[in-house]
Amino acid sequence: MLTEEQVRHTAKLARLNLTDEEVKKFAGQLSGVLEYVDILKEVDTEGVEITSQVTGLKNVMRKDDVVQSEATREELLACSELEVDSNQVKVMNAIK
Amino acid sequence: MQLNKLKISEVAKGLRAGDFSCEDVMKDCLAEISLKNKDLNAYIFVDEKMALNEAKEMDKRFKKGEDLGPLMGIPCGLKDNFNTNGVKTTCCSNMLKGFVPPYDANVVKRLRDAGMVMVGKTNMDEFACGGSTEHSCFGATRNPYDLSRVAGGTSGGSAAATASDMCIYAMGSDTGGSIRQPASFCGVVGLKVTYGRVSRSGITAMASSWDTVGHFAKSVEDAAIVLNVTAGKDLKDATTPDVNVPDYTSFLGKGVKGLKIGIPKEYFGEGIDSEVADKVMEVVEKLKKEGAKVMEVSLPMTKYAVAAYYVMMPAELSANLERFDGIRYGKKPSKSAPQDLVEYYFAARGEGFGSEIKRRIMIGTYVLSAGYYDAYYKKAQKVRTLIIKDFEKAFEEVDVLIAPVSPIPAFKVGELVDNPLAMYMADVLTIPASAAGLPAMSVPAGMSSGGLPIGLQIIAPQFEEGRCFTVGEAVEKVQQ
Repeated sequence: MLTEEQVRHTAKLARLNLTDEEVKKFAGQLSGVLEYVDILKEVDTEGVEITSQVTGLKNVMRKDDVVQSEATREELLACSELEVDSNQVKVMNAIK
Repeated sequence: MQLNKLKISEVAKGLRAGDFSCEDVMKDCLAEISLKNKDLNAYIFVDEKMALNEAKEMDKRFKKGEDLGPLMGIPCGLKDNFNTNGVKTTCCSNMLKGFVPPYDANVVKRLRDAGMVMVGKTNMDEFACGGSTEHSCFGATRNPYDLSRVAGGTSGGSAAATASDMCIYAMGSDTGGSIRQPASFCGVVGLKVTYGRVSRSGITAMASSWDTVGHFAKSVEDAAIVLNVTAGKDLKDATTPDVNVPDYTSFLGKGVKGLKIGIPKEYFGEGIDSEVADKVMEVVEKLKKEGAKVMEVSLPMTKYAVAAYYVMMPAELSANLERFDGIRYGKKPSKSAPQDLVEYYFAARGEGFGSEIKRRIMIGTYVLSAGYYDAYYKKAQKVRTLIIKDFEKAFEEVDVLIAPVSPIPAFKVGELVDNPLAMYMADVLTIPASAAGLPAMSVPAGMSSGGLPIGLQIIAPQFEEGRCFTVGEAVEKVQQ
């Protein structure tokens, strides 16, 4: 069972503001999901390799050349709602 | 005649015979939209003028003698997680409300090069998380067969648009069942391709080791025609291998004589509506009469697939959605006044994401957090290997597998929305093929006694989409 404190800690790791109501709701719902996925423990996976890529592709390389994408820098910067200065998006202070 | 009711193959023929124009077809699609979309909520964005202009442009090019192939001038709906140059792409999330991408997704580009004309953007569960298209900031999509029921999800808008003739075909994405399940709920053909068969570049990532791009069509032939255009290697999606793209229409008309069909017994067990199972088996019996060899097979890991998925998918999702922080794109927080950058992140994400997204980000963050990685993610990756082995073993004996798509026909709007685990279980028959990266197609297999469509799933080995088309076409024929 996930405690509300654990839910708040996880939300902090995920950079997610949650309301008190959400914390309460998620504590129950997440516990339910985690309890359910515990059935994986029934499976004997001793000596079984992991799968991270299902078609078996490995290390797909290309030449390190700059390829002009379809979108220009200006167009990409325009996607931000924030102020743009010297080709950079202006954000709030990271350090007080 | 209402041209919007036609199939791709029929429109392509009519356009070349001069029976009607692209503009005529688009006009009929738009008329259907103004009639039905208010109830169905399949499209969340349609610009009539733009759609008609695109169609007229294709008419002009036809007149000049240009022929871009069978998709030229044919109206298509695009799921709202497909980037469309200059056209709003929101993933049906408040986080991206108003976002206009400056480029087309690779598959959109391929379709445009083949003459596709876009009708509009279709509704979906926010960031493709859900199983019913109820988790959309634009409201739920309704089922064309019963407005009190869901269209399925997450590509519910594309499924409902195709089923109700508000387009000729539509594009979607399938991570754990998001094309097959809505196709089955809405009674259309829905193709999930082999992992990597179609480029995902320019489509918002959900769970990267699972995501695929596919489509909805009104016939198996149409589904093959679309894949001829969308399949192939793309340098911008390193998961697309250099595997030959055959002419997928060459797999049509072959019949199933001598073909070995496996019936996985675990897909007909507990929790599967008996009417659904019976309808699927009725069709299988008819395929047998056509000369197919039918045998029972076992995929014992089936019951663990949902659990493996609900560890891996949220983990990958939480990493992919990290980029949505209200800075490079997405909404600035408006309900609070953050004092520094970290507070800004918390506020932008807290306001922008809906409840199902938050729930999954939380699960994903939890299972990836210190001390839990091995117990959850790594364990699930190992179980995934065993699921793959199940299928490999089955395909040593049979050419394709046939099973239901969804354990039940379309459920009521609101019925499962507050019961996430029950909603997750609705994907129990679609997730295993996704885990193994296999192509799988939903084909209509008749109606329930309550008047709801039932879908049959054809699963084939990797890159053998052709077999889905051969068998799918036979499934259509034996029901005529």
